[in-house]
Amino acid sequence: MAFLEIRNLEKSFGKVSVLKGIDLEIDKGGFLVLVGPSGCGKSTLLNSIAGLETITGGSISIDGRGIDGLHPSKRDIAMVFQSYALYPNMTVAQNIAFGMEIRGVPKAVRDKAIGQVSDMLQIGHLLDRRPSQLSGGQRQRVAIGRALVRDPKLFLFDEPLSNLDAKLRVDMRTEIKRLHQRMGTTIVYVTHDQIEAMTLATKIAVLKDGLLQQSGTPAEIYNNPANTFVADFMGSPAMNLVPVAVHKNGSGVAISAERDNLEPLVLTVPNAPAGLAGHDGGKVIFGVRPEALTDRDSADRNARNIAEGECLIEVVEPAGSDTFAVTRLGGKQVTARLRADANVAAGQKAKLAFNLDKAVFFDPASGQRIG
Amino acid sequence: MSQASPDNAVRTNVPARVAIYIALILFAVYYLLPFYVMVVNSLKPLDEIRGGNMLALPQQLTFEPWSSAWSTAQIGVQATGLKPYFLNSILMVVPAVAISTLLGALNGFVLTKWRFRGDNTIFGLMLLACFIPFQIALIPAARILGLLGIAGTTQGLVLIHVVYGLGFTTLFFRNYYAAFPTELVKAAQIDGATFFQIFRRILLPSSGPIIVVTVIWQFTNIWNDFLFGASFGDFDSQPMTVALNNLVSSSSGVKEYNVHFAGAILAALPTLVVYIVSGRYFVRGLMAGAVKG
Amino acid sequence: MPTRVQLQNAIPKLVLAPSFAAILVFVYAFIFYTGYLSLTDSKMLPSYGFVGLENYEKLWKLPHWWRAVTNLAIFGSLYIVICSVLGLLLAILLDQKIRAEGFLRPIYLYPMALSFIVTGTAWKWFLDPGIGLESVMHHWGWESFSFTWIKDRQMAIYTVVIAAVWQSSGFVMAMFLAGLRGVDNEIIKAAQIDGASTATIYRRIIIPLMRPVFLSAFVVLAHLAIKSYDLVVALTGGGPGQATELPATFMYSYTFTRNSMGIGASSAIIMLVMIFSIIIPYLYSELRGGPRQ
Repeated sequence: MAFLEIRNLEKSFGKVSVLKGIDLEIDKGGFLVLVGPSGCGKSTLLNSIAGLETITGGSISIDGRGIDGLHPSKRDIAMVFQSYALYPNMTVAQNIAFGMEIRGVPKAVRDKAIGQVSDMLQIGHLLDRRPSQLSGGQRQRVAIGRALVRDPKLFLFDEPLSNLDAKLRVDMRTEIKRLHQRMGTTIVYVTHDQIEAMTLATKIAVLKDGLLQQSGTPAEIYNNPANTFVADFMGSPAMNLVPVAVHKNGSGVAISAERDNLEPLVLTVPNAPAGLAGHDGGKVIFGVRPEALTDRDSADRNARNIAEGECLIEVVEPAGSDTFAVTRLGGKQVTARLRADANVAAGQKAKLAFNLDKAVFFDPASGQRIG
Repeated sequence: MSQASPDNAVRTNVPARVAIYIALILFAVYYLLPFYVMVVNSLKPLDEIRGGNMLALPQQLTFEPWSSAWSTAQIGVQATGLKPYFLNSILMVVPAVAISTLLGALNGFVLTKWRFRGDNTIFGLMLLACFIPFQIALIPAARILGLLGIAGTTQGLVLIHVVYGLGFTTLFFRNYYAAFPTELVKAAQIDGATFFQIFRRILLPSSGPIIVVTVIWQFTNIWNDFLFGASFGDFDSQPMTVALNNLVSSSSGVKEYNVHFAGAILAALPTLVVYIVSGRYFVRGLMAGAVKG
Repeated sequence: MPTRVQLQNAIPKLVLAPSFAAILVFVYAFIFYTGYLSLTDSKMLPSYGFVGLENYEKLWKLPHWWRAVTNLAIFGSLYIVICSVLGLLLAILLDQKIRAEGFLRPIYLYPMALSFIVTGTAWKWFLDPGIGLESVMHHWGWESFSFTWIKDRQMAIYTVVIAAVWQSSGFVMAMFLAGLRGVDNEIIKAAQIDGASTATIYRRIIIPLMRPVFLSAFVVLAHLAIKSYDLVVALTGGGPGQATELPATFMYSYTFTRNSMGIGASSAIIMLVMIFSIIIPYLYSELRGGPRQ
């Protein structure tokens, strides 16, 4: 049995259904990231685990114990909030110890716990200050300290980095990851930032409109997205999704993408998934990430199936470490990631290499991946 | 052209500015005049008012009208002065303000942080109650107070003022707590704090400004109330405003204008002091009462 | 265990319940009770002989009631218009980067802290021809000056307007001032760059932006006007004769001194209808915008 188990979870506000049957689990010591666009239900799911929302259906258990109907304080969890939610009228030390104070823990024990946590987070010098006297990063540390001191079975993080500026966000991200590695705690973490999800998670769950789209390791989510939504949402720049026509071609399958003022681009797919042949004569969506669409020289040497095609470059965007070249296939804008000093220019043709090992195909009607 | 100014006052030329100042000063005179009249004439002997100029300063300064208004003037049938009624007002205002403010704070807390189905309807009904003409309540309220055995008592007036103040106090706290971060309440729940612990330890310490606004609003309204005091009070409970009106409009005997003015100032003094000490909060309360939502 | 959780969950509603129950009884049940009494033959005491709309028919045949309603129309419209105009004018004048603003603003606003009884007393004697303004003018040598409105059946209602405007216009000024300070400075700068004069900027840009404030001021003033009771009692006592009766004073005297509770109740219901027809659309539009969260 998994450490955290969510079974067929449903939540509705009146007639509006926010979570529509979520099944999800994470093992002890895992780092589960819930990711999705705003309004997808990820925060509601987190609040349901915390007990801050009453669920309409399904069940949640932590470490084999059903927690449905338990008060948040009885669930053995701790939560770090987006706004940090530090009590403005209390000092840092009082903030950290408030939960223990409520539970009637003796002062000596409280002080010891405060000392340990503040050492770990290096906030010992801040203990007598009030939240209004702290910087964003310091508040974040105090909020984490308040969660740590409870020594809970499960940590919940609700977009904890979104109020920080870009530089600090990266630093804190690393720090949270380090903390997780050192303490081996189990974490559920909500974010709308797919980079945070990729970097932190041992398991990612992508939500949209109250439905779980896909869950799996970051690599699974990234390389084998279950549908066009996940493919588009995870990764930056986003995966190129090109409508193509499918036709059988001797031993393999070929796909062709329409182009303006040029003959269609035809690529043979030797490693086509079994399901693709079933779409012979029809259309599918061909997904290829920008880094799998590059110039010949920088293509992955280990790739077994590389197809080349000459494309008209519309826009060139140098980004320092790479150069992004934009072309148009099947009526869609398509981004290729080239070497920084790649010899391309807007308005000219260039030969692009498609790494078909990494190509995925989706059913145009359902958006689901073709296996 | 003038420099771009950091605030939105539009610049004007010199003669216009002089005219503006003159207009503003004239208005100030208009607003101050009645109070000036009250003060000046409360310090004159009666003959000087009858025979002299109301706007003139006293020629013969006397504090007799003040002491008369306070302790010996004829109010209704008894020559007690305003003193016992002042006490009645205090005994009525203090508990009524305290209770209605506390209840308003709790209601505002529930209506913003413990939302439930139908809470907006309940709030709408409470808010609408702020505006009813109290004439609608006079007849049944008299009967209820009689049934409860508190007709004509200070407790009865406290009850009435608490109930009819709840709409405003709830409004004030609801609007204030709406801006209070809900995540703090969630964090405290996870910390195991109960409803009342969260209220007392998390919300109340941050509620200073709105408590001040509400207390001032309630104090002013209840102190200045006349209708309920006149309808439901008797000698042991009638507030200052009713006594002042009795003093001024008693038809028997000589009209002691100077005593009337001294009494009027005495009746106005508590609210004026509050206004002078904390005018900022007073204005904020007025605005909060006027601009809803 | 589950029962404790249920209890915890019920606490917010239990906390809100007494307030809501009190308002249901003291406001809504009272409205129904008064509404019912207005359909009965109640005289000195409530009685439950059902007479249909007879009281309303009688009411609208009473010259006394017509006097009160006509007075309310005169008083209400003048009170609202003059307060709004004066309030806006003062606010615009004060918004011209006036040095002494911090000194002047409280002077314009302090009457709001006073009881209407105090205001009534002050103006009653200040407007009294024997000792007040008229006498002052005579003392200053203007022998022909005559100002006897307060004793004049035709004009007395306008003295109520004078005193009420004195009391409330500062408050309207504060509302407009807050509105003016909230106008986006960049809009004004843009207009200045477009070459608009100060007067044009106010007329074409700023005053139109004050629409919500006009609406709020109208609602507040209209409901104060309909509820006006204390001021008339203190200033004129409804007289001379019935010259300054308003619905509120009418209701009180018919219910409690003329022993016509049925008619008094029906007049209270009409006051309620007047206020609700103004307040309910306003609150509905304000609350529909949702609480600020």
